[in-house]
Amino acid sequence: MDFDDTPEEAAFRAEARAFLSANARPKDRRGPTARYGDTDEGDVGAAREWQRKKAEAGFACITWAKEWGGRGGTPMQQIIFNQEEANYDVPPNIFLIGLGMCLPAFITYAKPEQITRYVPPAVRGEEIWCQLFSEPSAGSDVAGLRTRAEKRGDEWIINGQKIWTSGAHYSRNGLLIARTDPNVPKHAGLTAFFIDMKSPGIEIRPIHQMSGASNFNEVFFTDLRVPDANRLGAVGQGWKVAITTLMNERVAGGEPRRPVPADLLELARLVPGEDGRPAIQDQAVRERIAEWHAQAAGVTYTRLRTFTALSRGETPGPENSIGKIVSASLQQQIASFGLDMLGMAGGVMDEALTPMHGLFQNALLSSPGMRIAGGSDEILRNIIAERVLGLPGDVRVDKDKPFNQQAGSR
Amino acid sequence: MGWLGAAIPEEYEGGGLGYEALCVLAEELGRAVAPVPFAASIALGAEAILAAGTEAQKREHLPRIARGETIATVALGAGPGEPTQARVQANLRDGRISGEAWPVPDGGVAGLAVVAARDGSGVTLVLVDLNGAGVTRTAIETLDPTDPQARLRFDNAPATPMARGWDAVQGVLDRAAVLIAFAQVGGASACLEMAAVYAKERHAFGRPIGSFQAIKHRLADVYIATELARSNAYYGAWALETGSAELPLAAATARVSASEAGFFAAKENIQVHGGIGFTWEMDCHVFYRRAKHLGLVLGSVRHWKDRVVSELEMRNAA
Repeated sequence: MDFDDTPEEAAFRAEARAFLSANARPKDRRGPTARYGDTDEGDVGAAREWQRKKAEAGFACITWAKEWGGRGGTPMQQIIFNQEEANYDVPPNIFLIGLGMCLPAFITYAKPEQITRYVPPAVRGEEIWCQLFSEPSAGSDVAGLRTRAEKRGDEWIINGQKIWTSGAHYSRNGLLIARTDPNVPKHAGLTAFFIDMKSPGIEIRPIHQMSGASNFNEVFFTDLRVPDANRLGAVGQGWKVAITTLMNERVAGGEPRRPVPADLLELARLVPGEDGRPAIQDQAVRERIAEWHAQAAGVTYTRLRTFTALSRGETPGPENSIGKIVSASLQQQIASFGLDMLGMAGGVMDEALTPMHGLFQNALLSSPGMRIAGGSDEILRNIIAERVLGLPGDVRVDKDKPFNQQAGSR
Repeated sequence: MGWLGAAIPEEYEGGGLGYEALCVLAEELGRAVAPVPFAASIALGAEAILAAGTEAQKREHLPRIARGETIATVALGAGPGEPTQARVQANLRDGRISGEAWPVPDGGVAGLAVVAARDGSGVTLVLVDLNGAGVTRTAIETLDPTDPQARLRFDNAPATPMARGWDAVQGVLDRAAVLIAFAQVGGASACLEMAAVYAKERHAFGRPIGSFQAIKHRLADVYIATELARSNAYYGAWALETGSAELPLAAATARVSASEAGFFAAKENIQVHGGIGFTWEMDCHVFYRRAKHLGLVLGSVRHWKDRVVSELEMRNAA
């Protein structure tokens, strides 16, 4: 395993840096982090503009073919660009769900002329995609979804509700999984479609999260009409399309979120410990920082191992779940410990009074979501146990029974 | 087969294959809980001579270590405590050493020891022929009988000087921490495989116990800890191979992860096996003993956690 760039990689890194320094400002690590807040219209506009610039310079979807708007580059080049871009103050990446998850599945199942129509505008940031999988009664068990699609002539009529849809309000297209046959077992009765989010019959309502922000939506379908040409894969193959999408989610996710151990170290230098000396001199504080540094470093180098495998042409497997499981809990534990270090003032959210712009308080409130979104801790542990370690599946009561005969299915 | 000398440079009649090869070997030795003096002779002894020895000492001793004719070890102090200057008890005067060192890994069979000794104001490393005059050795009963230790007593034993100062000692510890981390990761992987195989075979309540989430999630956590430790060990090996300034932090990080993952995997392996895992006949206890032992041989995880933070503090101050 090699942690150094090859000469070609070093040359690409220099090219990426030149583009970034000419077009963006370096990130100020000491400045305020955005409240885990809403992405407003201004953010969306700035994000589209940044994506357009990247696409023009050949830095968007680096591994994708040039005719799709990509660069025809290597996975290693994408990784290098991501590493470099992380050092700059750039708009939020609102394209990740579309470009990282929906479109790889779309490209796998769509017809060539559909790929030509839909992929380039997505790469340029003109059309954003959202993922319409989860439902109020189908979260971790997403194959239990109930949104119905019924065939009428050359069209499908969609009725039902989706939830936790990031960016539905600014998306142009959506990747939808719906139930086309309730008379067969749950996984066999699903079909995938892509839909125009501006069609009549779609209502979008933001969800007010516990952190105060609204990053997700509920999406309601009332007699939404979708042409059969917008079906992805065969009727009844929706579960395969969903799995293709979700495996890409595991690769796309797992970036560490602040506060990271270095933030805790900084806080421990700022605040007094039990005896009045800086908290960093407290052995208990030092042990926690070290423990979490070792975990965070392990995640970083595990990602690099995955990248090395990718650059050798291997397919990333379920072992990528590690990054998300560890990073999500780390963020929550570090946030909570940071507040403990502030003691009686830990609950103060006022940015003028609390150190580091309330980073730890905000993270305490947003971190529970990270352990649930994109595969909960529990589901990811099942995946590791079953797909990596080869342990047997749980005893299932739902797998072979027709969906409409299952407990709680109606 | 030349395995022990894999990372010893060719000019000293080693394999010259570099640290990557030595790390693969260390992991396999850990996986097999092999009763060979790897930690003592290779991770500590040979590395100490490479890092802190004079050219003449390297030419004299490394070829013999590579051929397996000489077992080397390192003796850093005596009694309970962490690998710090305070624990060093032996004194050097006029090329002779007196005092005690224990526990010394493989001190009973080693022919050569790199010993930390006080010389006036500071600490220096010296090389001592353990078969020579003025050396008494007593075997110590240990937690891991496959990893024997000894108590060494020096009475005016002849000693030849190596590098001076605690930094030299720390350099020896950092190199060993990376290599031993691979042995720890190998042990953790072996425990995880044993536990997973058993969880598939053993039935209770009408199903394999591995189908219960209580077992699945525990083993998923062991897998995660082991893989994080493996990644940190790889990074340590890279720092060692390239002579990077990152080595102190990389080594301490690798040791913290590997010591924790090693013991976690070993104890949960016994737990998944249930009662049978607590018997002498099963190998579970062999891994359990070795895991804890390797987690102590260079100082406890608490000590290395403190080193991680000290390194982070230095880099933030810079």
